[in-house]
Amino acid sequence: MDWTALELSLRLGVFTVAVLLPVGIALGRVLAYRDFPGKSLAEAAVALPLVLPPTVFGYYLLVAFGAASPLGQFWQAAFGRPLVFTFEGLLLASIVFNLPFAIQPMQRGFEAIPPEVRAAAGCCGMSPWQALLKVELPLAWPGILTAMVLTFAHTLGEFGIVLMVGGSIPGETRTVAVAIYDRVQAFDDASANAMSALLLAISLAVIALTFAFSRRVGRRLG
Amino acid sequence: MGHFAQSARALVRLAGLLLLALAASPAAAQADAPPVVAAASDLQVALVEIAAAFTGETGRSVRLVTGSSGNFSRQIRQGAPFQLFLSADEDYVRDLARDGFTRGEGALYAVGRVAIVVPGGSPLVADGTLDDLKAALADGRLVKFAIANPEHAPYGRRAEEVLRHRGLWDAIRPKLVIGENVSQAAQFAASGNAQGGIVAYSLALAPQLAVRSTFALIPEDWHSPLRQRMVLLRNAGPVAEAFYDYLRTPAARAILARNGFAVPGEGG
Repeated sequence: MDWTALELSLRLGVFTVAVLLPVGIALGRVLAYRDFPGKSLAEAAVALPLVLPPTVFGYYLLVAFGAASPLGQFWQAAFGRPLVFTFEGLLLASIVFNLPFAIQPMQRGFEAIPPEVRAAAGCCGMSPWQALLKVELPLAWPGILTAMVLTFAHTLGEFGIVLMVGGSIPGETRTVAVAIYDRVQAFDDASANAMSALLLAISLAVIALTFAFSRRVGRRLG
Repeated sequence: MGHFAQSARALVRLAGLLLLALAASPAAAQADAPPVVAAASDLQVALVEIAAAFTGETGRSVRLVTGSSGNFSRQIRQGAPFQLFLSADEDYVRDLARDGFTRGEGALYAVGRVAIVVPGGSPLVADGTLDDLKAALADGRLVKFAIANPEHAPYGRRAEEVLRHRGLWDAIRPKLVIGENVSQAAQFAASGNAQGGIVAYSLALAPQLAVRSTFALIPEDWHSPLRQRMVLLRNAGPVAEAFYDYLRTPAARAILARNGFAVPGEGG
């Protein structure tokens, strides 16, 4: 059992969720309520990681973050270490490939709020911020929770992109999913077994909890 | 809305925890983290042993990553933070040195051999002359045969050379399963998912493989030599340098020799 890899995966998941929570609320809300030119394209771009092969994504990220890219060079100059094959690079990749898992459920959550309710909030003299905090977020909560859980679970499970932009460095970019691959190649079936079983249990538990929770919240708010 | 208020409080608490975690993030501890050593997968067993001996002797440790030499070479060009690269082939090291990614030309640390590995219960026989493989191809015993990817894994390229030398390459191509590196090819073969494979001798000797498969060495003049060169990369720190030196000590050379490598003479 590779505890370093497990800790790394959990940390990556928590950080990804922390970044995508505000981003998802902002973008999900815009996509739910606003109409603007090119909205379909924007929604398609958000959904892209769902259908694009991880290798395509990994390749483009490698090109975009790599030592020869402007972003890679800026990062190297600013922080004195490369962006690819580091935890920070992995986090950036993780944020990008989790966009649909964070934004789509939140968007659905905001869309489910009846327009009259939002209009009433405006009539009551609530500012947009008050309306967001006191009316919209409480009602969109199940969608937001689902988004956070899916993002977290998906981060634990992502493999292809992590392998391509991460390089499997212990304690830095070797996540549990990559460590399993590594252990299988090293003929270490015992570790591969233990980690696979643990990942299976975590994933199932997390998703079952969300379903149970959103059902409860749904009943209370519905 | 009481429920939401509760959830919101929980969220604020979570955010607090996150900030704490961020403060303790790995970037802060980066400076004294053990250096990352990228090594060809044929070193999978030997290098773990050498690294343990190194730690025992110096109290310092390294982080090992194993994979195909070609992949590592590409990753180094893309800026991977490795400090020492142990290639299964000297060409990758020379190319990196020429393009300024390394400190000098490095040193030859081992010469590898290839072996045919046959899992228990396979219809093949571990025969280093490959006569049985040839017969198996003719009589249909062979369904799948594993080698590493000849495009970027030196052992894959040597496997191809050996098969070409015996005139088997064209016939065996439809049956090949290609491992991403030689360790994966060995895993394919030893697990019984392929009837056999041509892999690193050092892996065939590994205890995990030896319990479930048999092997035979293939004559080394059937392929170009696997001259394995290591080199310090430009950002190498003192621990990586110490490990590089340690790899040339008699203790480390003995471990390499025990794991199926020919060890070059002094100054090689």
